[in-house]
Amino acid sequence: MSQQSSCDSVLASQASNIYDVCIIGAGVVGASIARELSRYHASVVVLEKGEDVCTGTSKANSGIVHAGFDAHPGTLMARYNVEGARLMPTVCKDLDVPYVNNGSLVLCFDEENIPALQKPKEQGVKNGVDGLEILDAERLRELEPHVSPQAIAALWAPSAGIVDPFLLTVAFAENAADNGVEFRLNSQVVDVELPQKSLQDSLALYTVTYVDTTNPDTKEKSIRAKTVINAAGVFSGVFHNAILEKVKAHNDTTSFEITVAPAFNRDIEIVVRRGSYLLLDMNAQPKPIHTLFQLPTKLGKGILVTPTAHGNTLIGPTAVDIDNPEGTETSAEEIADVIGKAHKSFPEISLSSVITSFAGLRAHEVEHEFLVGMMCNGYFEAAGIESPGLTSAPAIALSLATEVGDYLNLERKKSFHPTRQGIVRFADKTPNEQGSLVDENPLYGQIICRCETVTEAEIVAACHRSIPVTTLDGIKRRVRAGMGRCQAGFCMPRVMEILARENDIPLEDVKKSGPSSRVLFHKTKEGK
Amino acid sequence: MQKQSSKRADDEVPNNMEEQIESSQRGKLRVKTESKASHEMTAEEVQAFPSCELLIVGGGPAGLAAAVSACDAGVTDILIIERDAVLGGILNQCIHNGFGLHTFKEELTGPEYAKRYEDMVKERNIDYELNTMTLDITPVSIDGVSAGCLVTTISKDQGLKRIFAQAIILAMGCRERPRGALNIPGNRGAGIFSAGTAQRFVNLEGEMPGSRVFILGSGDIGLIMARRMVLEGAKVLGVAELMPFSGGLKRNIVQCLDDFGIPLFLSHTVVDIKGKERVESVTIAQVDENMKPILGTEKEFEVDTLLLSCGLLPENELSAKAGIELSPTTKGALVDNSLQTSIPGIFACGNVLHVHDLVDYVSQEATLAGACAAQYLQERTAKSQDSCATEDSKAIVHVIAGNGVSYTVPSILRLEHLEETTTIRFRVRAVFSKAAIQVTLNGNELQTKKRPVMAPGEMEQVILKCENLLSALKRSRETGHLENILEISIVEGA
Amino acid sequence: MSQKTEHLTCINCPLGCALEVTLEDGEAISVAGNTCPRGEAYGKKEVTNPTRVVTSTVRVKNGLRSVVSGKTREDIPKDAIFAIIDALAHVEIMAPVHIGDVLVKDIANTGVDFVSTADIEAV
Repeated sequence: MSQQSSCDSVLASQASNIYDVCIIGAGVVGASIARELSRYHASVVVLEKGEDVCTGTSKANSGIVHAGFDAHPGTLMARYNVEGARLMPTVCKDLDVPYVNNGSLVLCFDEENIPALQKPKEQGVKNGVDGLEILDAERLRELEPHVSPQAIAALWAPSAGIVDPFLLTVAFAENAADNGVEFRLNSQVVDVELPQKSLQDSLALYTVTYVDTTNPDTKEKSIRAKTVINAAGVFSGVFHNAILEKVKAHNDTTSFEITVAPAFNRDIEIVVRRGSYLLLDMNAQPKPIHTLFQLPTKLGKGILVTPTAHGNTLIGPTAVDIDNPEGTETSAEEIADVIGKAHKSFPEISLSSVITSFAGLRAHEVEHEFLVGMMCNGYFEAAGIESPGLTSAPAIALSLATEVGDYLNLERKKSFHPTRQGIVRFADKTPNEQGSLVDENPLYGQIICRCETVTEAEIVAACHRSIPVTTLDGIKRRVRAGMGRCQAGFCMPRVMEILARENDIPLEDVKKSGPSSRVLFHKTKEGK
Repeated sequence: MQKQSSKRADDEVPNNMEEQIESSQRGKLRVKTESKASHEMTAEEVQAFPSCELLIVGGGPAGLAAAVSACDAGVTDILIIERDAVLGGILNQCIHNGFGLHTFKEELTGPEYAKRYEDMVKERNIDYELNTMTLDITPVSIDGVSAGCLVTTISKDQGLKRIFAQAIILAMGCRERPRGALNIPGNRGAGIFSAGTAQRFVNLEGEMPGSRVFILGSGDIGLIMARRMVLEGAKVLGVAELMPFSGGLKRNIVQCLDDFGIPLFLSHTVVDIKGKERVESVTIAQVDENMKPILGTEKEFEVDTLLLSCGLLPENELSAKAGIELSPTTKGALVDNSLQTSIPGIFACGNVLHVHDLVDYVSQEATLAGACAAQYLQERTAKSQDSCATEDSKAIVHVIAGNGVSYTVPSILRLEHLEETTTIRFRVRAVFSKAAIQVTLNGNELQTKKRPVMAPGEMEQVILKCENLLSALKRSRETGHLENILEISIVEGA
Repeated sequence: MSQKTEHLTCINCPLGCALEVTLEDGEAISVAGNTCPRGEAYGKKEVTNPTRVVTSTVRVKNGLRSVVSGKTREDIPKDAIFAIIDALAHVEIMAPVHIGDVLVKDIANTGVDFVSTADIEAV
């Protein structure tokens, strides 16, 4: 019944365009907040500029669930990291997301640096990380037989893990949508206007203006919301600073003053930090068992070698500060750097097994601290969320949703469904189970992606879930078609055909990722 | 009926098959345990599965020719498993002509060549299953003797099926090397295609994947696609080749590039791709002798499309999973002169064995594989009654790649299978002019043949006469050689 | 008497011989660099009357595929390639189509038919 009423409130909001909460950004942070808020009786809308969720920082992520010994004790980063890592297994279980508690090792290569392992250990203990232990060479090799012989000691963090970062974000969003949150994709927020009434007034509404990225010529649209949450990733600083400026202007000209919480009362500078990664073939042996970090030295932070939740090996990232907030290109130097440094930890990595390289962007806040909470009445932020942002997301979401709930005096809904069923993956099943799948749904008998053994049934299913998929990359993130060693060479035409058919659009309208990412131009013979 | 029998067989699944694809239990790494040794079963267990004498994985040119040849050699119960909706494999999208000069003494297009073999298969009533993917091949032994393989296939119509095959021919073909494996930096927008994918779009789907095109790699598919794109109204601004020589056939350089004034940049590579959502430009640079780009030689081309034609890789995931030994050079199976792999009863031919330049050679090789598989099946029946192979006929000769040669197929000659002539196929490592191919046995020259030009893009072969080899072996044995090594090498300045 | 030499690559086989064709008054009088008679014939023809087989596709209506591949049944003059391509742009064939079916008769006035090289069955 209450499901019905929450549905009603969404419909009412859609009609009036007035929402309780407007979240900017559907990365892992925005999506996890949306899901936490969907536990309440509230109308929530998420505005995302991409054509899908998980198209920014969250899509090029190492997927590591950090134990939490890196962050300085007492910081929000430390708190959310440790809390997030603790929540992750349950979240992944509820949302049917691949998660492996594989543990991590910080490798030390020099006798003289062994004492330096104490620092992260002590930090971790203070942050509340369980089970940290410094291992000698022998114990290290017992745990990680193929580690470099040069590694002579390590900090062992048994609580660390790995998760599929795409599916985690998608799962948060789908579960939120299933529980009544509205997602507006292709909707790029261009302005957030302060309420015209006193913020103490319960009818004080923010106006959020956005454009349709698929059709930039159309008129700007707007919605109004009692609260706004800035979860805009690498763009979070832009929104933060704009609001701060508006508040100042407001306070100069209006009688009622808006108070900005001290932690937020400064301009923030988000530096875009690019990290390049290389992904190895699932069949490349040997594979690391644990997530292998390198102990930072005078020479730099080092790079990691880790298994992914799907059994590939991932190496990276580099750390290059850049100006372009969308500069996800890779460079030859960075690729070479990753390879060289990965060999230091795991010498048996074979370059011929590299199937792709990619770069991700981290929203590095210059003060290196998360900004989470209410900035001024009704305006909330999850800004400057860089690594360990993915790990922290569940904890940030919990904290922010509670705060928003208290602020709006929201009631919890009994009808909330905490679980989500993922798409049944053919490749994960035993032959007998595979047989049964095909018997139930013949589309499971049509393999579309050979490398990852993805069937037509999975791709069709991905097209018809609560967050719609229209792009090749959206399919890849959900069911892994095109993620394997041939990098979509074989399956691209077939996946496009299914996308066109299921979305009832011409083949030429199927995009890779983003409005100008057309794959095909026109039919042959029609060019002239 | 068939479906029922496969269902029944499900209940008697051997344990290790279940383990091969471990279910994704949370908190557990999804490592797929690979079966290396063959799986022991009883004769009764094997009989529970639908069976065939010879199962051929792949219905492209190799699979079809192997089937025809095996049938002609007396194998009656053959099954071809093809994943596509039609037979013929990649030939269906190779609509250009130039196929079949050796086989049919005329120039055919790809689909026409495929049709000839398809017709031969149909005339012989050879069974084939379309839209069917082979998921697994597990070698099976009964009482410690290898008996065949249990093959798992899947299709929409028949679901999951297990078939017991006494012999297997691997003919899965190859795939293109993707961008990731090439480590090309830059953006990853739409508009980057392997040449074969573009070829499929244009020739089979009637769709244009670009209008201004640059091509990296002078492999044949890339050259063919350069012409094809031009004929469909696109502009091809150039082809860059990392090596100082082309990887494609001479004919294709002339008829696909020269005819249309498309420049070929040798010793060049792509150093940057711009365009976040769709390719906007491609930058190439000259490379030095270590294949490193030379600063200051960059040229930028405004294009919306980059096609990659940078080599092909045999598709051997199934073979590796079955425990077949692979060559690190060819990425194909290591085979003997009967094209038998390291697992008895499993043969390989065509591009899954090593990448060929001409389909005619694929057909030749596959014909041999089919005949050898037939012989294997016949000998197996014979052997069970009478096993009297002499020590001498069991002898083997190792074939090794010498100077200038990157690999040889086969890599072992078993004298018991020696035919009147034996063809050894190989590729050279670099361009050689006025050189010779020398064959030595245990260091003594066996034969030398002059070759005016050789290039890595073109497959080479030597044909050994059985009598010559045997007499050389006899001489060698008299001088006390125990291990026999046949070396193929390139002699320069001949 | 005007004599000139043309350099080209023989395409008859993977050997790719570097040919040197000597022309006198527009007539090929000698070919050097070839290893077989086919090379000589090719060299002479390529400098005096170059020809090609053109392959492309034609739209198909009501077929299992939307295009069918085809070729000129014989060689056509090299400079007629684009005329042939233009002639194909507006052709549409009704499925079924079979190998050898004439898709365009006497294409671009070359006297050569453009024929199907694949089978496309009707839907």
